[in-house]
Amino acid sequence: MPSIRFRLNGVETEIDADPDRALLDILRGPLGMTGPHFGCGSGECGACHVIVDDRAVASCDTPLWSVENKEVTTIEGLGSAERPHPLQRAFIAEQALQCGYCVAGILMSAAALLMRNPSPTDADVRAALDRNLCRCGSHNRMVRAVLRAAAEMGAL
Amino acid sequence: MTATPKLPISLAANPRLSSWVKFSSEGWVALSPGKVEIGQGIVTALAQIAADELDVDIGRVQLVRASTAASPNEGVTSGSLSIQQSGRAIRQACAEIRQIFLAAAADRLGIDANALDISDGTISGPGNVQTSYWELADEVSLDRDATLEAAPKSAAKRALAGQSVQRVDLPDKVFARPRFIHDLTLPSMLHGRVLRPERSRARLAELNENGARAVAGLVAVVRDGSFAGVVSETEDGAETALSALRKGATWSVGEALPDENDLAAFLKAQPVESTIIDTRASSKTSDKQRTMRRQFTRPYIAHASIAPSCAMAQWNGDRVHVWTHSQGVYLLRADLALVLNIPVENITVEHLEGAGCYGHNAADDVALDAVLLAKAAGGRPVRVQWSRADEMTHAPFGAAMAIEIEADLDPQGEIVDWRHSIWSNGHAARPGRAAQPALLAGFELGNPFPRTISSNPPQANGGGGDRNSIPLYDFPSWNIESHRLLTMPVRTSALRTLGAQGNVFAIECFLDEVATERGEDPINFRLRHLRDERAKDVIRAAARRANWKPEKKPGTGYGAGFARYKNTGAYCAAIAEIEGEQDIRVKRLTLAVDVGEAINPDGVINQIEGGAIQATSWVLKERVRFDSQRITSSSWTDYPILRFSEVPQVQVDVIQRSDIEPVGAGEAAHGPVTAAIANAVFDCLGVRIRNLPITRDSLIAAMELAS
Repeated sequence: MPSIRFRLNGVETEIDADPDRALLDILRGPLGMTGPHFGCGSGECGACHVIVDDRAVASCDTPLWSVENKEVTTIEGLGSAERPHPLQRAFIAEQALQCGYCVAGILMSAAALLMRNPSPTDADVRAALDRNLCRCGSHNRMVRAVLRAAAEMGAL
Repeated sequence: MTATPKLPISLAANPRLSSWVKFSSEGWVALSPGKVEIGQGIVTALAQIAADELDVDIGRVQLVRASTAASPNEGVTSGSLSIQQSGRAIRQACAEIRQIFLAAAADRLGIDANALDISDGTISGPGNVQTSYWELADEVSLDRDATLEAAPKSAAKRALAGQSVQRVDLPDKVFARPRFIHDLTLPSMLHGRVLRPERSRARLAELNENGARAVAGLVAVVRDGSFAGVVSETEDGAETALSALRKGATWSVGEALPDENDLAAFLKAQPVESTIIDTRASSKTSDKQRTMRRQFTRPYIAHASIAPSCAMAQWNGDRVHVWTHSQGVYLLRADLALVLNIPVENITVEHLEGAGCYGHNAADDVALDAVLLAKAAGGRPVRVQWSRADEMTHAPFGAAMAIEIEADLDPQGEIVDWRHSIWSNGHAARPGRAAQPALLAGFELGNPFPRTISSNPPQANGGGGDRNSIPLYDFPSWNIESHRLLTMPVRTSALRTLGAQGNVFAIECFLDEVATERGEDPINFRLRHLRDERAKDVIRAAARRANWKPEKKPGTGYGAGFARYKNTGAYCAAIAEIEGEQDIRVKRLTLAVDVGEAINPDGVINQIEGGAIQATSWVLKERVRFDSQRITSSSWTDYPILRFSEVPQVQVDVIQRSDIEPVGAGEAAHGPVTAAIANAVFDCLGVRIRNLPITRDSLIAAMELAS
């Protein structure tokens, strides 16, 4: 099996796997990253979003070969309880979820947005999160949290 | 004469105090509710109640996951009853436990218990003497039953209840620490997948297993009648083997499904069990001038959780351990015992969190799938996860409903008699409630159990299809009748609100029409027919916050809806602002809610906001699709839900009533929001939509009907 190299959360990673397999399967399986979630398997819900270079993509619909030599960031690479990303702090401050299954993907879509647009409007945030589904109805809290994080990052 | 005080219902069923609370000498309180976290924030509210009553910091309260091995049996986490049942039980149990520890501390310190005080678990008295829960933990036995001898604190003395404490489960979810059942791995775990037919209830006629057996990592192909699945060393291997198995399967034709475009005709043509839900007779002769009759429908609605259902199971001889996100670990265990024909004592069912759960979805079904596949795993645990398509097509749906309301009106257009009839499948087919199991694989086995026909809980428990069908308005007379279908071509069971969404939609839209015909403001009409001040307060609060009724602008409409969930639960009023031409866009929802004592006000707001947004999604988008043989809405493309860009602004006012027993908030918003949107559509476009969902097609159909 060919070996594929990419950077995962800043760490050089090499994996022997079928290059046509979905990135999500590789992340959750051999690489043990359970942050990105399986929701639909066809790129329709956003629960598996990760950032490849600077774009949020559905990792369930992204073949492994396509990330060769690229930078892949999952929620595990976004921040931790000890060193939280402003988005994570803001999601807690706004209590911006109910069940939280979709939130790993939503945080990554939001992080990608803030990388290219540090001061988004409410409409910008909604557009950026439009490929992410939330069934519990926490959308408005999440939008507020993203705007709060953007403001905090802008003030730094 | 006052009524004899009684133990809260969950505490009466599980009176042993140690089954609820344990102290560790290291300074922790283990709190063990029988209710489970399904995304609603319940564990936080219960921790608040316990911390308050025990006088400990909430950070010391550790929630124990529900398990049939140890937890109190609180039935199912449903019906907005967790605060009411678990919350009251924990409050009373903790009050008694506090008293027991005070007595033990008094003994040890030689001080009267009345002179002692507790602060963050430290029990102290005059002269700087002190001990603590932790010090006394080993010598005080809580293996005793609740007695009602101690009373919980008064509302004024609670420090945490009524505060918007942050959710205890939220950091794990934001930092992606494995907490969901989907993210957990057991040692030497295998992966399973189950083959399900595309055609409704098709039987597996032939199965060529060769393709599946050739897949690397395959451990077993399991077949029992129409139930078939694979077990593999890897998840990828299980998926590949399942695809191969699907190619080798020959199915019978399916069973016929109804016409999705004429659900009312289908529902009304079926054999039914008819029940008079309520009647009210008037002593006065009515001054009836005319009769108004309207029919309302709602379609089948999918739970459509973001995560597909998942479970793990592991056999050890004739005993099996099951990990599940079921809403009722004891109820699932009862049905597993029926299918497996083994004693319940041989089965341990343990809860792990899943994605948001809005009723009886496939959580229980997948647990049986895992148990059956794990039989072929030689004692290794098997994890089974459903596909998105199976989740959307094989899990139970919320039942379609046809509702007919007839009202006799007097010359002033006032209602003098009211008749409400419901045709619907039952809204409950949960496991653990009947002599036969209600789990999907049980219907597929070679020696199958009969398919459950959904039933309805009795009115005393809130009813099912008839939930919220008895008017809260003081009409002089009425007759409420429910027709429960005795056939069930589309599998239905409990979905958030059961029949309340449909009934409140029908009642509140009908009233809006009556008020409009009288030329009366619909808010005023409601207030005039309500006697319950709490009901009037939520309506007035929502109206005030929404500046009812804003001046009419072209292309904009406003509508109102109100209900008290189950007629005994939370009061909720909603006002919708919509924009509409060809498509309807809900711009803003303004709600007021009264749950009695709001233990965690932000938690209440979160539930009401979420309910309002989910209801908007149901109203504008959702409808299970099918042709004559198969459910066709098997993906998010075929079953769209509301997206970020379509979500309305939502404002929620909570009317805090600290001295009134708390009730749940999770299902209060759906009915009022549904009606408010439909009434706003009329205000905007002058057309009454009585068939959900409200889409471009249904608008055109209603306009054609009106012209």
